[in-house]
Amino acid sequence: MRALAKAQALAAGVAQPVATVRHVHLSARPLVLVPLAMAGEAHAPLAALVGATPGEAKLLIVPQPRNRDQRFRFVAELAEVVLPYLDSFRGVSEAVPVDRGRDVRYRYVDAPQLLVPNPAGVTFLRLLGRSTRFRRPDGDYPVHPSVPLLGQWLTFFAERAEQPGSSALLAMTEAVTLHWATGQSAVEDLHLPALLGWLDPPPGLTGAQAAARAEDPTVCPPAGPATDPDFDNRVLAPAMARYADAGDDAGARATAYAELERVLRDQLAPTWELMWRGVGLLAGLPAGARVAGRWDGDKDAFTGYAEHVDAGGGPQPRRDGAVAAARRLHRLERALTSYAVQRAYDDPLVMAEHRLAGEAFVGEVTLADPRRVDDTGKRPVLRPRIQVVTTEPVAVPVGATLWSPARPTQKAKLVFLTPGDGKTEVVLELSGGMGRGLTAPPGSVPEVGERLCWTTLSDAYLPAGAFPEPDQTPWTHGGPEV
Amino acid sequence: MTDTARRLAEIRGDGPPKRHNARTIAALTGNPGCSRRAVLDSAGVDKPKLAERIGFPARFGQSRFAIGRGNAFEAQVKADGGAELLRLVAERLGVPVPAGASWTDLGGADDLPDRQERSRAALTATDDGAALFDHPLLGLAVAGQRVHLEPDLVAARLAGRYHVVEIKSFPVVDGQADAAKVSAAAVQAAVYVLALRELLAAEGHDPESVSHEVVLVCPRDFTNQPVASLVDVRKQLLVLRRQLDRMARVDDLLAEVQAGFTADPSADPATLAAALSQVPARYAPECLAACELAYFCRHEARAQTGAMGRPVREALGGVADVAEVLALAAGERAPEPAQAEAAALLRAAARLRAEALAGTPA
Repeated sequence: MRALAKAQALAAGVAQPVATVRHVHLSARPLVLVPLAMAGEAHAPLAALVGATPGEAKLLIVPQPRNRDQRFRFVAELAEVVLPYLDSFRGVSEAVPVDRGRDVRYRYVDAPQLLVPNPAGVTFLRLLGRSTRFRRPDGDYPVHPSVPLLGQWLTFFAERAEQPGSSALLAMTEAVTLHWATGQSAVEDLHLPALLGWLDPPPGLTGAQAAARAEDPTVCPPAGPATDPDFDNRVLAPAMARYADAGDDAGARATAYAELERVLRDQLAPTWELMWRGVGLLAGLPAGARVAGRWDGDKDAFTGYAEHVDAGGGPQPRRDGAVAAARRLHRLERALTSYAVQRAYDDPLVMAEHRLAGEAFVGEVTLADPRRVDDTGKRPVLRPRIQVVTTEPVAVPVGATLWSPARPTQKAKLVFLTPGDGKTEVVLELSGGMGRGLTAPPGSVPEVGERLCWTTLSDAYLPAGAFPEPDQTPWTHGGPEV
Repeated sequence: MTDTARRLAEIRGDGPPKRHNARTIAALTGNPGCSRRAVLDSAGVDKPKLAERIGFPARFGQSRFAIGRGNAFEAQVKADGGAELLRLVAERLGVPVPAGASWTDLGGADDLPDRQERSRAALTATDDGAALFDHPLLGLAVAGQRVHLEPDLVAARLAGRYHVVEIKSFPVVDGQADAAKVSAAAVQAAVYVLALRELLAAEGHDPESVSHEVVLVCPRDFTNQPVASLVDVRKQLLVLRRQLDRMARVDDLLAEVQAGFTADPSADPATLAAALSQVPARYAPECLAACELAYFCRHEARAQTGAMGRPVREALGGVADVAEVLALAAGERAPEPAQAEAAALLRAAARLRAEALAGTPA
């Protein structure tokens, strides 16, 4: 289905929608961060533009990225922007009922959101977090206390970014391709200028032409973190050399620093504009019904980690132990399943992909017996039956359980399947979502004439698996850590 | 000059054949089904110049920062006659660290035949002691030509076996490195393993004494401390072997190329572009990272589903042409018998897509 949209995009010369609603949360005040890294170095930052509104881009640069002290000074400067931004979400809490309403817990009413241009930007933040969170403000090579703290937070965001459905840290290219298909390959979609070239090409150009133009680094600098080698060789290297040559001459140093700022800002500013254009495009879509619920998960995670930091909690380990790794994998798998189902429930265009795959069908209710009671068991139970007629192929076996996004708490067991001439009659037996009595409340049973989607995808709660405590790690997994 | 050599010279134009190095040989394995690339590479055409001439310049610049850092790290690892390197490699291979090893620098500005002879003599000497050989000059037959490889690498002889040691400046953080960079390094190292094996075999030694496990030396975490890792390159060796064999049968390739075809970069751009389109290419998005001509081929393949990636083409039932896909999806075109299933799926997809976009309640 996405492939067809790509073919249509190529023919139309402009990107085509693959979603009718927005599946990511978009903060009213996201922190946009465009990082650049020094070529050849092990994730040495070179520069960044950062800010929470289009008008207040703060430029941070490292005039000599091979210098360790300057690198950590950059991180401390970045912390001066990021940490107050995070703190600004820690004012107001809301009460959330837990344990079936017997208790409440508190979480912040909103959470911070970081936006970077591409997945490489997420990797850059993860490694920046890795290289700073174990640093210490004392000892042989002391750093500013905000450096390890920022490292912990960046690691927190990078880990959230791995969780399907989380919007705490988004790569703009991924957020955009989740909603639109271009006429170019997935590899080319990683290039933000080319991707947005497809989304709204300048007048007179097709998406392909706009993308090809955006690939030329002299027209449109790359969105980082890797810099254009030609820029490195012809502009950046001489400017850095002038800064190094200035030595202790304060005047020459200031001039050279200003020149470095100018050339780096020129490289970053176009991407900055594109980031906010991307925000605007996403904001143009209405949010999906289940987006807020997933954002609650981000708020919980933010609150939890803020409490961990407040309690003096240490940095995340380099590697998970066996039990922690199994838990993490289980959590990510559950999140992935639930995210896929929720998107389909929220968005008919996503559900259409499942219909094409035979996991869902749309049909019209032709008969309904809302009062049917099954009294073969110990107690009579309400089990209405409905007949649905569909023109779509039904690849679901008799006895399977189906759900409808219109009534997500109701289960429907497929009882009979009668394929006919170009259409199929399906008889479903309903349970759940109709109260406790033997009479269904009005509206809880589909009525004749209703057109509904039925699917094998379930948004029901997935129980968490059971894992041993770390000190009970089985020997097959290396045994307890010593 | 044989017929084949004359034909290749005609394709190449006036200049001397472009020298291959391990990186270009490694890139040959990227898209083995592409005839255009195989012909141009066999002839040693100056592809960067060709691409620029026809208006689709390649973008394979290298930052001087990256080059500088790479050289500095290499010098650091090789310092002290390779004492540190020897320890790292021996420990990684799990053999006792020898008390010392001979260090032979086979590099230098000597003329090629002499260097080649020195490399051959040093590497095939009947001596089993621990030894490190820096800058060995190796050779490999590519498309009937002898290609000289001047690797920046070290061949280590430990416990009677040779190991290719490749020094790279990308970091290994918590035991993990960038997968794309590791796989590129592995293919390059495989080229050297192959060349080293050929050298030993030519002298009647056992080629298997060159290990298929190469040692990759990279900076650890965010420091300059080197760390060694083992990479098994058996799979890369197979792919390489196969592609080199294919290029060796260059006559078969040329049989499919029209007489008079030339890719001489000094020719007229429009003639060049027309001539190139006579030799079939097999463009895939992966080419952008490996082949200088990729932007030209992409432009040419724009209306093809494969240009959006192989998964897209497969999802569209293998139908190659975008216009055909859309015609089948719209039901404006009767599918051929082999396409019937794909066409039905495309029609269903188009109907469902249109319905969802029109907001029909579901």
